[in-house]
Amino acid sequence: MNIVVCIKQVPDTKGGVKFNPDGTLDRASMLAIMNPDDKAGLEAALRIKEQNGAKVTVVTMGLPKADDMLREALAMGADEAVLVTDRRLGGADTWATSSTVAAAVKKLDYDLIITGRQAIDGDTAQVGPQIAEHLALPVISYAEDIKVEGNSVIVKRQYEDRYHEVKAQMPCLITALSELNEPRYMTPGGIFDAYDKEVTVWGRDDLTDLDDANIGLAGSPTKIAKASDKVRKGAGEKVTLDPKESVEYIVNKLKEKHVI
Amino acid sequence: MDFTLDKKHEMARQLFREFALNEVKPMAQEIDETEVFPRENVEKMMKYGFMGIPIPKEYGGQGCDVLTYIMCVEELSKVCGTTGVIVSAHTSLCCDPILTYGTEEQKQKFLVPLASGKKLGAFALTEPGAGTDAQGAQCKATEDGDSWVLNGSKCFITNGKEADIYIIFAVTDIVEDAKGRKSKKFSAFIVEKGTPGFTFGTKEKKMGIRASSTYELIFQDCRIPKENILGPRGKGFGIAMHTLDGGRIGIAAQALGIGEGSIDATIEFVKERKQFGRPIAAFQNTAFQLADMKARMDAAKYLVYKAACTKDQYMVDHKTSYSIEAAEAKLFAAEAAMAVTTKAVQLHGGYGYTREYDVERMMRDAKITEIYEGTSEVQRLVISGAMLK
Repeated sequence: MNIVVCIKQVPDTKGGVKFNPDGTLDRASMLAIMNPDDKAGLEAALRIKEQNGAKVTVVTMGLPKADDMLREALAMGADEAVLVTDRRLGGADTWATSSTVAAAVKKLDYDLIITGRQAIDGDTAQVGPQIAEHLALPVISYAEDIKVEGNSVIVKRQYEDRYHEVKAQMPCLITALSELNEPRYMTPGGIFDAYDKEVTVWGRDDLTDLDDANIGLAGSPTKIAKASDKVRKGAGEKVTLDPKESVEYIVNKLKEKHVI
Repeated sequence: MDFTLDKKHEMARQLFREFALNEVKPMAQEIDETEVFPRENVEKMMKYGFMGIPIPKEYGGQGCDVLTYIMCVEELSKVCGTTGVIVSAHTSLCCDPILTYGTEEQKQKFLVPLASGKKLGAFALTEPGAGTDAQGAQCKATEDGDSWVLNGSKCFITNGKEADIYIIFAVTDIVEDAKGRKSKKFSAFIVEKGTPGFTFGTKEKKMGIRASSTYELIFQDCRIPKENILGPRGKGFGIAMHTLDGGRIGIAAQALGIGEGSIDATIEFVKERKQFGRPIAAFQNTAFQLADMKARMDAAKYLVYKAACTKDQYMVDHKTSYSIEAAEAKLFAAEAAMAVTTKAVQLHGGYGYTREYDVERMMRDAKITEIYEGTSEVQRLVISGAMLK
């Protein structure tokens, strides 16, 4: 069984978010981590590998420094890593990204593709399902549990107040939630081995099944008009009332603002 | 000369740091208070390969180097000195002598489970009447058929009751020189927990590293297989000294971590704590003290890393000696840790004297690094002895 896990390097928001003067994220000064949902997807793949036997390949599109994250994935137990990097691919929105990643995945053997639900920087949750569309695969999003049974996967898909249990035949694509599991730590020996391994690097020209109209900034239909920092709200108004009066107070306020 | 770490060492440090902050730090205060061995975290460290970092893969280890192992002890000790010494005693004092002196059978039988995290190790040299003066040792081993029979006791043994495999030193021969002066010859043995005649005495109530399970070991007609002698008969003293050379780098790393950890805690505190209307970090005394603390721990760090790298050279070429480097690293790092944690408590003021703040524990934990695995005075003997040869 071959599992391809798509992962992304994102800025670590734990240390605080920093912006450039133009409102875009100052990625250079922030630490980079593996996107949490993607890490859970990788952990899920590694557990399937342990239970059923599988080859796990991680794929990312990004800057050359994403090599660090791929080594981390190898140190956790992934078998192979592919870095898709090329200046011509820069500035991609979800469409250009998913077109590019799908073209890379096409070059690999896969039965199951796992992506994170969404990245903590863009928060779109679009790339995973779009990759499935490009590859004409069924997609099960928001996975909170994954089981492999023969040639199928049985996935618990999360909803606000329930879950759906969905069975799909492989090949298919699953998007993982960070709640799916607790990702393992690397091992020291795994880290040393990871740096002895080769990471496959592909540029634009290695992806033959990809139209120039669908890559990079030029191939991105999404245009960001303006990015701005959140405006701080005022301190608000504090009132101390009994429950009945509070309800009345809130309802009046909402009416005043034409919310209800 | 390059003082930067390469990427794999950086990533290993990041791993140890993350593990220390997520798993070890939340337990540090509690295990100090309750003196309960952190079994759950030790099992996690076993699972993730932290208990055999510098041991070759063929013997169940991680196949990394001494520097990586040292950074592990350092990062753990930044948040919990107890956890640091558990790893250090297991790795340097139990795995290492079996790797260095063990037969292939001993390595397969004992080192593989130790380094792969299935068993925990300990080392027992000290006795009630013998610390720095090894000739005072009373514990003896006598040959009887195809066994060795151990009698005597050992004290202050780290991982004491929790370990599965112990390296024990005992007197096997008394030799007389030409002038009729007698001296004891030691041998090293591998003893498994559960061997009849091997029991535990009192648990020490200690000032610091309170959860490291420090016990007395008692041997009463404890019969072990003859093949459990480690290294040649009568060469135990040399084995102990060589093992402690390596152990000292581990303790130096523990001291380094404790000192650095107290600086981390102090930086956080002085930015928060206000006096005379401003954070105490704004006072020049605070800033200057912190600068001194940092410079001192950085100096310690280079000595500790130098010792670790020298031991790495020894692993490739056994002609390299790391005894002096280890002694200097331990002497300096231990005294630096004691001085720096004391300053950290001072900068915390009254709060620093309470158990609510980590620096109180760190100052107590730092003290032992000046004492065990060769006191600071012994390190000075080792260093000056080589200088004045």
